Amino acid sequence: MAKPRPSPSLAPGFDPVEKGFLDARGKLIEVAAFLDRADRHGRSTDYRVKALNTALKKISKPDRSGERAASILRSLSDPSSVPAAKAGAPAAGAWKKA
Amino acid sequence: MRYIEPHAHMVSRTTDDYERMALAGCRAVCEPAFWAGFDRSSPEAFRDYFLQLTDYEPRRAAKHGLKHYSWICLNPKESEDAGFAREVLKIMPEFLDKPNVLGIGEIGLNKNTRTELAIFEKHLALAEKHNALVLVHTPHLEDKLKGTRLILDALRNFPKILPERVIIDHVEEHTVREVLARGHWAGITLYPISKCTAPRAADILETCGAERLWVNSACDWGVSDPLAPPKLGLELHARGHSWAAVDRVLFRNPREFLGQGGKFSVEE
Repeated sequence: MAKPRPSPSLAPGFDPVEKGFLDARGKLIEVAAFLDRADRHGRSTDYRVKALNTALKKISKPDRSGERAASILRSLSDPSSVPAAKAGAPAAGAWKKA
Repeated sequence: MRYIEPHAHMVSRTTDDYERMALAGCRAVCEPAFWAGFDRSSPEAFRDYFLQLTDYEPRRAAKHGLKHYSWICLNPKESEDAGFAREVLKIMPEFLDKPNVLGIGEIGLNKNTRTELAIFEKHLALAEKHNALVLVHTPHLEDKLKGTRLILDALRNFPKILPERVIIDHVEEHTVREVLARGHWAGITLYPISKCTAPRAADILETCGAERLWVNSACDWGVSDPLAPPKLGLELHARGHSWAAVDRVLFRNPREFLGQGGKFSVEE
């Protein structure tokens, strides 16, 4: 698979950190508050909460591949390759091992 | 800014949305057949739905100066009942030759089952027979990666359907490169939560390039925004992309793909 190519040089005034930091900060705090809430309500062992914790570990590691988003999406995905015999529960956002 | 909305479920939207889209620069809207949020009780209900797509919606869109095209199929969610699906497939040829029907879509997979896959392949056989363009829906969330790969493998069994006449929609960071590597077009759906936001879509365009990519709102009855494509245009321009580059993504690319079928036309 081809590696991501570097972004083209963009507007001289464009700074992704200036534009995006507060938004990313806010979303990260939302995730932390969600995990606290799940803990308080005894839901920290739910497979979706566990999957989120696993994904968080992936983005906390140094990564120069430019593949953090893809890596998280893959970690939340069904890793199997054989078609299912019948439709199960609707997609919930994280893969649940049968 | 001008744009083509290549994937919107306008039967679920208000007339106000048509007006807002026209005001934002939309020149044409394309509507794939989809799951209505509930399962239909009979195959004949699809004949009514296809009439709505091919006759009623174009007239509603025309009131706001918008051209309206559609895609015909049985959606993957209702494909799980194979007998039901075969009855709907019998109805489809009545509509495929209409001048405002672009092709077969959005077909694909929902929960990646054997039956869904079999019905997907029947749709592909029909597309092959009618030399139709194909619009493919990839599954939601955790099912997307596996479903995308099953779809790509199934398409290989239909060599008469040229890869560049198939668009695989709802790609994200973990699927876009595999789709492009097979020679297909890829669609990025702009949803506030469950698919791709405008900043992420801009990142994909910057890292993958704009060749064989389109963007859409896929606005329907769920959380979605019919003005998502022009908002992506603003995001791209704010990053320093030229208006010509924005035009390529929002207008010229969908026109190029859709133009292959010989039915789609839009004013410059």
